[in-house]
Amino acid sequence: MPVVLENLGKRFGDGAPVLDDVNATIAQGEFVALLGASGCGKSTLLNIIAGLEAPTSGALEVPSDGAAFMFQDAALFPWLTARENIELALKLRGVGKAERRIKAQELLELVHLGSAGDKRPHELSGGMRQRVSLARSLSQDRQLLLMDEPFAALDAITRDLLHDELERIWKETGRTIVFVTHNVREAVRLGQRVLLLSSRPGRVVQEWAVTEEHRTDAGLAGQLTGVITARLREEIRRHAK
Amino acid sequence: MPSNHTPLAEAPSEPSETRHVHAALTRTSTGKEDLRELESGLDSLQSDADRKHRIEWSRILLPIAALAVLILVWQFYVSLGVKRRDLVPGPLDVVSQMGVLWNEGKLQEALWTSMQRGLVGFLISVAIATPIGLLLAQVAPLRRAFGPLISGLQVLPSVAWVPAAIIWFGLTDATVYFVVFMGAIPSIINGLISGVDQIPPQYRRVGTVLGASRLQMALQVILPAALPGYLGGLKQGWAFSWRSLMAAEIIAVGGTIGFGLGSLLDQGRILSDMTVVMSAILLILAVGILIELLVFGPIEKRLLRSRGLLSGSTR
Repeated sequence: MPVVLENLGKRFGDGAPVLDDVNATIAQGEFVALLGASGCGKSTLLNIIAGLEAPTSGALEVPSDGAAFMFQDAALFPWLTARENIELALKLRGVGKAERRIKAQELLELVHLGSAGDKRPHELSGGMRQRVSLARSLSQDRQLLLMDEPFAALDAITRDLLHDELERIWKETGRTIVFVTHNVREAVRLGQRVLLLSSRPGRVVQEWAVTEEHRTDAGLAGQLTGVITARLREEIRRHAK
Repeated sequence: MPSNHTPLAEAPSEPSETRHVHAALTRTSTGKEDLRELESGLDSLQSDADRKHRIEWSRILLPIAALAVLILVWQFYVSLGVKRRDLVPGPLDVVSQMGVLWNEGKLQEALWTSMQRGLVGFLISVAIATPIGLLLAQVAPLRRAFGPLISGLQVLPSVAWVPAAIIWFGLTDATVYFVVFMGAIPSIINGLISGVDQIPPQYRRVGTVLGASRLQMALQVILPAALPGYLGGLKQGWAFSWRSLMAAEIIAVGGTIGFGLGSLLDQGRILSDMTVVMSAILLILAVGILIELLVFGPIEKRLLRSRGLLSGSTR
């Protein structure tokens, strides 16, 4: 089990808890979509799993080598080319110089950017930057990949395309992926399992399995999307005054 | 798979008409080839085409034209004869005086001495200020302790150090360099600190996630990210060292201190020769302009262009 969360809680200072009693188990190689309204502590939960923040209560079990992380904005370093961005990640991991070059090219080709390696981030489109960012997080070579709304700022066509890309890469590399989103369609499209996080405090309130039938049968998927959306709206309405 | 409360997993499937409506929900494209084509189409549509950089004549001709206009205005004013010619010499008088100084070898000596000092003083200042700046920017208690002092030193005119330097070091080169350091070092430190302050916090998070150590973070992430601000600090540091150098050379004359542009200026004052004074001022100005045009300008432009920060600016 790469990730086990037990009664996890988090509060900042004396404020109300952001996360309260979060329980979840994520299996090796699983693709889990973590769904919730804005401000429900999704990103905080992801930061805790990544080790960027410490929980205030509860326990968690994560792979000892840590996790790769992909941010909402590509967060590429503008002074480096696409290739150099990936090479830097490899360098910080301690990979030798000759191997870095080969590995970076492989990763660029994996995200179909083999010929754009020498471009600077500002010369790339948003979708291409996100793909470089994906390649960089894959270069960390961690079993666990955490993604914090990585496609939220992209246009619809590019996002659909990246969904296909990510699914392909997930199948090729066998990573365990925790994908945070507030988009129900995206969650159903990508996840094998969708976890719904409530807001204030964040807690896993319900989960749905997305079966192989949902993948092939669009109607079934649409129905599931409808059900999850209704549940999410109910959760948001709870906070109306 | 762990337990799941799937209320609708076994829901009856809907009639086939609605499936078309939802078709876009799950699969976006049919074949693999199709997808690759779509992707490379988007890539080429959304990324910039390479642009060729041509020589922009307006960049060269406009400043020359502006200079010509200024000299004409100067000559026109002199030819009106409002002031005595020895108090306000014309452009031609100054140029011929420069010719005389050149033939005497004084002009070359002054230029060489000052530029050499300015450059050496500046480089040593960079070597001292950069590690201090990085340290102050990265270690909060140090910054709290010394930050105000450094900012204060930047405001203090470095000429104020000349009397002290003369008392400590006498009329030697050490006096000149000391004054240059006191001018340049604080402004380079401040430039670096403000460059570091303006780094988007995301870059540090990325560095942490990628597993950078403290030193790697400073050298691989912080320093390159702060480069535009650092370069601004270097530019200002150069300006301060050049100014301080001139001030020191004007005030501290004699002893083992060589003959620089400031000394030339002071000599003109003593001789009441306005053409020498004007020559020295113009030379000091020219060095400043040349360093900006030939050194800092190109570096800054390249830096900004490579980060995509140049479009829309008037540079």
